[in-house]
Amino acid sequence: MSAAGPPRGTNLAPRETAPRRKPHAWGEPTNDPHISNPAASAESPVVPPTDERVRDIGALRRFLSRPEFGSISGAVLVFIVFLLAAGDSGMFSAEGIVNWATVAAFLGIISVGAALLMIGGEFDLSIGSMIGFAGMMLAIPALYWGWPVWVACLFTFALCAALGAVNGYLVIRTGLPSFIVTLAFYFILRGLSLALSTMLTGKTILSNYEGVSLRDLVNGDYLSSTLFSGHVLTGVFNAMAGWGWIAARDGGEALAVGIPKVIVWWLLLTVIGGFVLARTRQGNWILAVGGDATAAKNTGVPVARVKISLFIVTALCAALFAVLQVADAGSAAADRGLQKEFEAIIAAVIGGCLLSGGYGSVVGASIGALIFGMVQIGIGYTSIDNNWYRVFLGAMLLAAVLFNTYIRKRVALGRR
Amino acid sequence: MDIDYILQLEDISKYFGSVIALNGVTLRLKRGEVHCLLGDNGAGKSTLIKTLAGVHLPDKGEYLVDGRPVRFQSPREALDLGIATVYQDLALVPLMSVARNFFMGREPRRKLLGSFHVMDHELAAGTAIEKLAEMGIKVRDASQVVGTMSGGERQCLAIARAIHFGARVLILDEPTAALGVKQSVNVLKLINRARAKGISVIFITHNVNYAYPVGDTFTLLNRGKSLGTFAKSAVAKDEVLDMMAGGAEMKELMADLEGVSI
Ligand SMILES: Nc1ncnc2c1ncn2[C@@H]1O[C@H](COP(=O)(O)OP(=O)(O)O)[C@@H](O)[C@H]1O
Ligand SMILES: [Mg+2]
Repeated sequence: MSAAGPPRGTNLAPRETAPRRKPHAWGEPTNDPHISNPAASAESPVVPPTDERVRDIGALRRFLSRPEFGSISGAVLVFIVFLLAAGDSGMFSAEGIVNWATVAAFLGIISVGAALLMIGGEFDLSIGSMIGFAGMMLAIPALYWGWPVWVACLFTFALCAALGAVNGYLVIRTGLPSFIVTLAFYFILRGLSLALSTMLTGKTILSNYEGVSLRDLVNGDYLSSTLFSGHVLTGVFNAMAGWGWIAARDGGEALAVGIPKVIVWWLLLTVIGGFVLARTRQGNWILAVGGDATAAKNTGVPVARVKISLFIVTALCAALFAVLQVADAGSAAADRGLQKEFEAIIAAVIGGCLLSGGYGSVVGASIGALIFGMVQIGIGYTSIDNNWYRVFLGAMLLAAVLFNTYIRKRVALGRR
Repeated sequence: MDIDYILQLEDISKYFGSVIALNGVTLRLKRGEVHCLLGDNGAGKSTLIKTLAGVHLPDKGEYLVDGRPVRFQSPREALDLGIATVYQDLALVPLMSVARNFFMGREPRRKLLGSFHVMDHELAAGTAIEKLAEMGIKVRDASQVVGTMSGGERQCLAIARAIHFGARVLILDEPTAALGVKQSVNVLKLINRARAKGISVIFITHNVNYAYPVGDTFTLLNRGKSLGTFAKSAVAKDEVLDMMAGGAEMKELMADLEGVSI
């Protein structure tokens, strides 16, 4: 939580004058210069604050070495840039904000899973293919087999959880890098989505069958429409439009219909993920298995169970992404979610997660996703060519990795 | 059975592929004794204590706790029986804080809003600081990451953790390797104190000056086999030295440096 201490020796001066090396009884804390810690902060619930080898490190420096710091400052920077470049273009109207926040929310949902998994020391490259596959596994039973949409949703989630468990089980059992194992599923699932949908329906994009549209099915299903489609706070938005705070349509309703449910899901997952990581026993296990799986195992952490659970969580995030996307678009397509695994991993890295595991932040990853949304949509509001989006992404990733490497060195010397 | 053994390894073998790490080793730990495990590097000492700790399942032989056979699937099961270990590599995560490391795998919990179980960070921090202070390590901020600590401080953290959780058996694999004399003496005092409390200890060290004063029993391992177990009353210090890695060479050197004896 605080910054690096100075190298040993630079803060020795006051100690030289202090009385030292007096004999002490067993169990009494020593002042042995070889033993006391080189840098410690001034707050401690137990020992009175009189240690000459302690430097007071301010709240600001403490914030600077939080894992989220990089993504927060990146988000502020991007925000300011677009405020200057596109401030009067409608990007920051209610409708514009909902627009880019929605893009961020979709990515944020899978970034939460990817970040937890990365902190746990693993990757999942099959997230994007899983999104396409999950969408198909929802649309085919609902459209062609006449399943109620909520049953199809449950089926999709269960199937993805099982696939995540297979990913995790293979990684644990073989000891192979998750990079390779999930790369296999990257191809398998994408291929399956295309092959199965062609085999079963003759199409790869599904939106209606025999006059029934997927959108009507979803909206007609109480459970899935309540959970996954439409907006919340519509009344509040309309009232704000009535008061003239935000843009209104001819009929008086707000131009921005409300807050899409995907944004609610994103915020919810971010809060839950952040809470689990920071405050629960399971969070400690995630940090431990990612930091050093052998040490974790030897101290009694159920390493296999933690890692497999993380793969399942990541897969469920991909399934949620797919279900929300089907509800939003009114269609499923076998090529959905292309490259989403990379975007999720990049968001996690921007959010301060170390590629080597054991360190990172769920909130940071969500802010990383927010940066994505702002840039991807924001560029359209400026005169900049859209193709610069990818250039920006790459540059952002590089900057984040360099920054994280620097931070990790400081963490190794300082504290968090 | 006349003697009260808390842990027994009977004719244990452990293989790593083609490597025979342990070959029919028997080790019996009496309740309340300090049992020193001696042997050269690669003799299989760490493999033996990892078997005791539940990291390895033996390929052959029997492991008994309180006379009952056990097959630990994970170190967690050993810890649940009050068997705690300081591993040679310490089993600490450098990127995690002192408090998180101290309670890794055994996190204290409290209830939040009467329903959620959350990790009790305050209790964890307070306990970690207190237990480290008992070892002579002053840590003011339990959120300090372990990566910032010196080798000696880390070793003390691992020892303090094992003592906190090792209610019945404490296993120490070269716990003084990174420590200076003063801290090593602290560890020896801790071992004595543990014995006084009725805790049984297995202690691996390369230093006869540490092994002889605290040990009640000595077992010598060589190339995966046990060369026997000796009570302290039955062996002299330089016999123990003979058993230790490099002991013979050490005595030769002492003879060369006239007038010096250990
Ligand atoms: N996990 C392992 N995989 C393969 N070989 C191992 C493993 N652990 C130990 N060994 C081998 O077993 C033998 C005994 O090692 P160890 O128990 O660490 O010895 P000691 O602790 O007495 O120095 C060594 O030859 C070592 O290479
Ligand atoms: Mg060893």
